[in-house]
Parts: sequence; structure tokens; C-alpha cells
Amino acid sequence: MELLNQLFVNPFVDMVAAPDFLLQVLWEGLVSGVLYALIALGFVLIFRSSRIFNFAQGIMVVFAALTLVGLYAMGIPAWISVVLTLGVMLMLAVTIERVVLRPLVGQPDIILFMATIGITLFLIGFGELIFGGENKQMITSELGIPTGAFELNPFGGFLLLEQKDITAVIGAVSLVIGLLLFLNKTRMGRAVRALGDDHQAALSVGISLRTIWVLVWFIAGVIALVTGVVWGARAGVSFALEVIAYKALPVLMLGGLESITGAIIGGLAIGILEKLFEIYWGQPIMGGNTETWFAFVLALIVLLFRPQGLFGEKIIERV
Amino acid sequence: MNDMSQDGYVTEDGRQIGGVMMEMKNITLKFGGVVAIEDISFDIREGEIRAIIGPNGAGKSSMLNVISGFYHPQEGEVWFHGTERPAMKPYEVARQGVARTFQNIALFEGMTVLDNVMTGRLTHMKSGLLSQAIWWGKALQEEVKNREVVEKVIDFLEIQSIRKTPVGRLPYGLKKRVELARALAAEPKLLLLDEPMAGMNVEEKEDMSRFILDVNDEFGTTIALIEHDMGVVMDLSDRVVVMDYGKKIGDGTPDEVRNNQDVIDAYLGVAH
Amino acid sequence: MLFRTAGQFKTSYLKDQTLFPVRQDAILLGIILAFAWVIFPLTASEFTFQTLLIPVLVYSLAALGLNILTGYAGQLSLGTGAFMGVGAYACYKMITIFPEMNLLVAVLMSGLFSAFIGVLFGLPSLRIKGFYLAIATLAAQFFLVWLFEKWAWLYNYNASGAIQVPHVEMLGTPVAGPQAASMTQYYFVLVVVTLMTILAINLTRGTQGRIWKATRDMDIAAELIGINLLKSKLTAFAVSSYIVGVSGALFVFLWRGAAEPNLFDIPISFRILFIAIIGGLGSIMGNYMGAILIVALPVVLKTLPETFGIPISSATVEHLNVMVVGALIVFFLIIEPHGLARLWTLIREKFIIWPFPH
Repeated sequence: MELLNQLFVNPFVDMVAAPDFLLQVLWEGLVSGVLYALIALGFVLIFRSSRIFNFAQGIMVVFAALTLVGLYAMGIPAWISVVLTLGVMLMLAVTIERVVLRPLVGQPDIILFMATIGITLFLIGFGELIFGGENKQMITSELGIPTGAFELNPFGGFLLLEQKDITAVIGAVSLVIGLLLFLNKTRMGRAVRALGDDHQAALSVGISLRTIWVLVWFIAGVIALVTGVVWGARAGVSFALEVIAYKALPVLMLGGLESITGAIIGGLAIGILEKLFEIYWGQPIMGGNTETWFAFVLALIVLLFRPQGLFGEKIIERV
Repeated sequence: MNDMSQDGYVTEDGRQIGGVMMEMKNITLKFGGVVAIEDISFDIREGEIRAIIGPNGAGKSSMLNVISGFYHPQEGEVWFHGTERPAMKPYEVARQGVARTFQNIALFEGMTVLDNVMTGRLTHMKSGLLSQAIWWGKALQEEVKNREVVEKVIDFLEIQSIRKTPVGRLPYGLKKRVELARALAAEPKLLLLDEPMAGMNVEEKEDMSRFILDVNDEFGTTIALIEHDMGVVMDLSDRVVVMDYGKKIGDGTPDEVRNNQDVIDAYLGVAH
Repeated sequence: MLFRTAGQFKTSYLKDQTLFPVRQDAILLGIILAFAWVIFPLTASEFTFQTLLIPVLVYSLAALGLNILTGYAGQLSLGTGAFMGVGAYACYKMITIFPEMNLLVAVLMSGLFSAFIGVLFGLPSLRIKGFYLAIATLAAQFFLVWLFEKWAWLYNYNASGAIQVPHVEMLGTPVAGPQAASMTQYYFVLVVVTLMTILAINLTRGTQGRIWKATRDMDIAAELIGINLLKSKLTAFAVSSYIVGVSGALFVFLWRGAAEPNLFDIPISFRILFIAIIGGLGSIMGNYMGAILIVALPVVLKTLPETFGIPISSATVEHLNVMVVGALIVFFLIIEPHGLARLWTLIREKFIIWPFPH
């Protein structure tokens, strides 16, 4: 009875009792969700265009952030560092296409997946070798990101919105809009989508696979950089962040591997729900730190009932 | 028309066909709004070679999938050996003695020919995990006993020389034959063949036809097959069901079907 | 000339299905076993036991477990480390609750616990396939490690939150705990690994192996020829998790001596996965080859520059190691996606027909 109370009554009583705190929790969750969605988005882009389950997407976030901070530490001005980092991400895309993807073209999906795990390890080792393994400060103010905070007083309470979080949300939204415009309005963007719909057909109308792959991995790199900057501003930059990168995976389970909408909605949902669960159930009842697994278990349960994910179409099996 | 009583009939070449083995009653199968099979009934008798023909998209493969339990029809009943078959998983259907081959070869590419054919014996194997783990007793006897059955099938289909070859390395025609071997190894009561001759050259088709007739002749196996090659179908089969757009438009001996106006229209088109 | 197979005829199906249809393979294995059982233990130093011999055995056993699930039954798992943890904690609880318990029995029983948990997390595998399943196994990974940390009963409410292997004797000889000699521990591990390997070989070459491989190669066809997919997959999860659990118990009791929850976190899951990939998915032998490579690599990376007199810090070695392993994975996938075991098979085939390559 006590347990039932703790599970099903107390959390909601707490929510109603302190609505300003609930809002604060929702906001924190939303900001995390935006970042999960961004990582998942980079992932979906690559999967749609090349059928590769890119495990390295999360690590690319850390790698991009690390490169940026590392370049700045060498005395290069902040904005030039950004440009140089973009250059590094482009080089990375080209290298991956040449060294990894091209020789492995046509191999089973699982082989390519394993290869991206290889890339993940390589990037971790390479990044730490060059920039060191210790935690670093993101160059937030140097990039002109405001660091103050707004205080609001809803319900007569207290709500703190950090300006860098607001910047993160605005940045993410504009990135997504830009991406959608690119995919829908430009020739290259349409080629990327065509490749996702039908590989062979796209090839037969003269879309260059290699160019598209480099492009897509580069876009994924850009997304990684943006994510890395905003995440780094919140938590510092080191490969300890890779755990957060894994959070994009349950987002993909929920939203489906190919759905951009799914990635965004799934990301937001997981960000908010895991925060709510942690604050109102995890910490009081389970000793906290439930954020490490909540998203995965949630996705697992949803998939049990909808194997195609929330946004996937029903699968008809054929022989 | 031959005598079609419950006791069966005698074919033109003098084979005695038995009673009804499997009966499909008013089968309707839909995928969402698409009707793949609409209210089709027919039977398959002991020892006969039954063909299902029809143009592309007529629902032939879907029908075979209903028989083997892969699709479950929304309406209608499947009767097997005189009792109505409840909705079953495909593996349960297989254990009742229904084996099949596939339109697009569905061999286990990572295994050798021998192992592939041995998988056909799985429905006959019962040894426990522990016995297998120590490779002793029941598991070992089973392994040898079933190997003997498999070797007979391998001899029968003349694939001795490729026994230990991984199936991935085989050419198309041989793969089809290995697939038939796998199905035969199960010693099925009912053998379903989904386009056994698709993509073969004349010589390979002749071989395959010979095997199909021999299987029916030597083991008395009942066979239901889908095939596009009209000549082959008319030569091989005792009775033919014709489907078009999910409906049955003809059923009878090859001669009857050949002269059926609906069938001719379906294949040659109708003048409007 | 060494691999001349002419003149070796099989006169029964039983003989045809023996493990070594070619006599030379048996001889080669005999030599390897002689090294493992006699020569290594006699010559190895404490350092060699602790950094090479015992870890290679423990890791290859874990990889063997994973390989049954992923390489044979085709179900990709990223949660191996957590199942090793289940085995380790189960063994720890049994030994501390029943101090008189035989350690060998405890180790073999601890696998049962992880097998149970494995089946539980394997249940979704009928509905969730491929990459989705791989992510789903991460749920087990993160949830279980979290549980190891939060459930104080598991580590007997130690202030440190870690488990400490107690002193255990068998036949009057210390086998686990601080007083155990490395050679004793090595033999203990070797016995268990040999036993598990024999069982795994038998399972994978017979009926169950064919069921698993059929499930892996084409699950729909497998079901249509009479395989109960759920049963096939759950059996794979059970057997795989059992072996992984046993390896986890060995990992802590016969090698590390102590363990914190985060020892079973995702890095070790990946390490086991790499061993299985580099060694070769769907191969038993490959697990040992992969383990040797992955375990020896950091040692080589550390000693090689030293012998040339180049100073190199241990942090750098670690980073280099991670980087090289990553590159090696990509390299092996490009050269031979089926791993070291396949490379060996190819070389062996060359040997058999040598010196007439056509």
C-alpha cells in the first residue's frame, strides 16, 4: 500500500504542490530532449541515405566539441576555430567515405554497423591522444552565447531559464528548419532524399553516391558540432559525455530509423519523460540516477507493443 | 472427367489418386484494404500433383502462404486430413508434414549443402540440449540416423558432389535443387513448390520436372505447385486451379482448364 | 606437404562428422593444448599469468558466449558486460552466503542466474529485430549496471560499493582471494574454459547449431521449415548468457579479485564484441584468436616503444590502444569480414592443396 502510494499518488501530489518546480523540470527535460533529437537527426540522415546504422554519431558530437575547444586552446580565435572545426568535420566525412565506406560497399548491414563502432573507437582514441582525456570548458562566451539567466515567477513560484539553454533551443530549431529547407528545396537535398527512398533508382538517374555520402556525413558532422557546442556549454567537454550520445539510440527506437519527425518528437519525449521519472520517481523511490536506463527501458516497452516504432509503417512480411 | 468421388480417381497415366488431403474452404485474405485472395475453395487429394496457375499478382503465392500457415486468412477454413486446422504458427504446420520451397530461394546461405538439407530433418529430431552438448547417446544416434535419410535424398537429387560446399557458392539451378532436397528430407505428406522452375534453362527445367515426377511416383508425396511455364504445368499436373486477381476462375484437369474461356481471357486478354 | 589429406577416408557417417576429419588438424590442436596445459604454466611469470594468460582465457570465454548469440543465432547484443556482471554477483552472493560451497560448483551455477536474466531480456527478440534489438540489449546493459550500484544487498552493504573476493580453498589449496597462486587460478580457468568450449562445439555442430544458424540466415524460412523461432532465440539467449555469466564469475573470482559496478559497463561489452568480430562471428576458434589479439595489443604497444627506447606514458598507451583497436576493426572488416578464423581457414585450404594451387 505504501509502495503503491509512492508510485502512483505521491509523485502527482508533489507535481501539483509545486507547479513552478514542475515547470523547471519540464524545461530541463525539454532542453536535453532537443539535444537528443539533434543527435538522432544526424543519425537518421545517414541511415536514410546509406542504410548505415552510424554508431559513431554520438562520438562525433564529442569529437567536434573537443576539436573546437582544442583549437581555441592553441590560441586561434573562437570563430576561426569554428570554421576550422567545420573543415575538420569535412575532412572526417571524406576520410570515412574513402577509407571505410567505399571498400565496404555492398557488405551486410551488420558489417557496416560494426565498422562504425570501429570508427567510434578510433575517434575516441585519436581525440584523447591529441587533446587529452580530461574534461574541458566549452568556449561559450567566446562564441557570443549569452550566459546569464532569466528568472520567471509563474504560480507565484520561481523558474530559472538559462540563456544558453534558450540559445540551444533556438539554435536547434533553426538548424532543423535549415535542414528541412535543404532537403526539400535544393537539388542536392532532394538527391539525398531520393537515395533514401530507393538506392538503385537514385543511382540510375545519375545521382553520385560518393558525393552524397560525403555530403551527408558532413551534414551529420555539422549537426554534431552544434550539438557539441550547446551540450558542452552545459556539461563541459570530454569523452565521458559518450553516455549521453547513447541516448540517441532509444530515441531512434521510438521514432524509427528513418523518420525525421520521429527523431524530433522521440527526442523531446524521451528528454522530458526521463527527467520527470528521475525527479518524481527515481530519486524518491529508487535511489536516483535512473536517467542511465530509463530511456532504453521505455523504448523497449513501446517496441514490444509497436515493433515498427511510433512512426514506422506496419511491416508486412513476405517470402 | 474422371471419377471424382470421395475415394479419389484414376489419372490418365493410371495412377490411383486418394481422398481429400487438404481442403481450402472460402478463403479470403486481405492486406489492409487490398484483397489478395477472395473467397476461394479447392482441394488437394492424396498422391496427386496439383498446380495453381495464374498471371502475376493473381494471389498464387499468397495462397501457398496460407496453406503453409505464414498468412492467416480473415475468412474461410483450412481442412487437413479431415479436421479443421486452427490458426497455427508456420512451424506447427511444418510439423504436421507440410514442407515447401520458395519463389526466391530461401536457403541458409551460411551453411553447407549437407547442413541445409539436415535442417529439413529438424521436425523429426527430439534429442535434448544436454544430450547434444555432450554429443552422446540419443543426440548422436539421431544425428547418424537422420544423416542416412538425408544421404538418400542427396543421392536421389544427384547432389552428392556438392555435399560439403557452402550454398552461397552454388549456381542458381543447384540452389533450387538443394532447396527441394531440404523440403524432401522432411519426408512431407504435402510438398509445396513455389515456382520450382523460375529462372531455369530448358535443361534444368527438364531435370526438375523429372525430380518432381519421381518424388510423386517413388514416395507417393502429394505435391502442390505454382508455376509460370504453361507447358510444364500441363505436362506435370493432374489437376489445375486457375487464379486471376485473387479469384478462382477455373479448376480441373489440364485439358479442361485449357479449354476454359475465362482462363483463355485471363491469359490472352479480352477484346473489348 | 603438412596438410596432405589424401588417403584419409571416411567409412561411416559418424566418422565423417567427427571434429577433425583431417588428421593434421587434430595434431595441431594437440600441440596448442600441450602449450596451454603444460608449457605455458611451467614457463609463465606472474606478470604473464595476470596480464596475458588468464585474461585471454576469460575474455575468449565471454566472447564464445556472445558468439553463440550473435555469430550463430544472429541476435546482436551490446549488453555482454552486464551479463558477466550478473554471473559475478551471483557467484559472490553464493560464496558469501555458503562459504563452504565448492567454487567450481558456484562458478558453474552462477551462469544459471545470468541465463535466466538473459532469457528475460531475450523475450522481446521475437518482435524486435536487427538494430532495434541491439539497442534493446543496451536496456539490459544500463539497467543491470545501475542495479549493481543501487541494490546494496548484492555487494553485502560494503561501504565501497564494490565486491571483494573472499579467501576460497579447494582441496586445501587457495584458489580465489589474495592468497591464491596465479598458476592454480590459471588451471582453474583453463578447466572451465575447456569444458565450456567442448560443450559449445557440440551444440553448434549438431541439431541446435543448425537451428540457430537457420534462424540467423533467414528467420522466415526457418520458421516455415518447422523451427520455433521464439524457442530457438531464447535457447540462444540462455546458452549464451550462461557462458557469459560463467566468464563473469571467473573474471572477478579468478582474475580481478574485486569489482565495482562500472567494471561491467559498456566498455567491456564492446571489448567482448570486438573479440568476437575480429576473431570471426560464427566461429568457436576465432574467439581465442580475437582474445589473444585484443589482450596482447596493449602489452605490445607498451613494450614495443620501450624496447626502442622511446618514452611513452601509460595514458598515451591507453589512447593509442583504443585508436588502434578501432582501426583494426575497420581494417579486418575490409580485409575479411569473417575475421581471423576465416583467414586461418583460407590459409589452411592453401596448405592442403600446396604445392599445386590449381
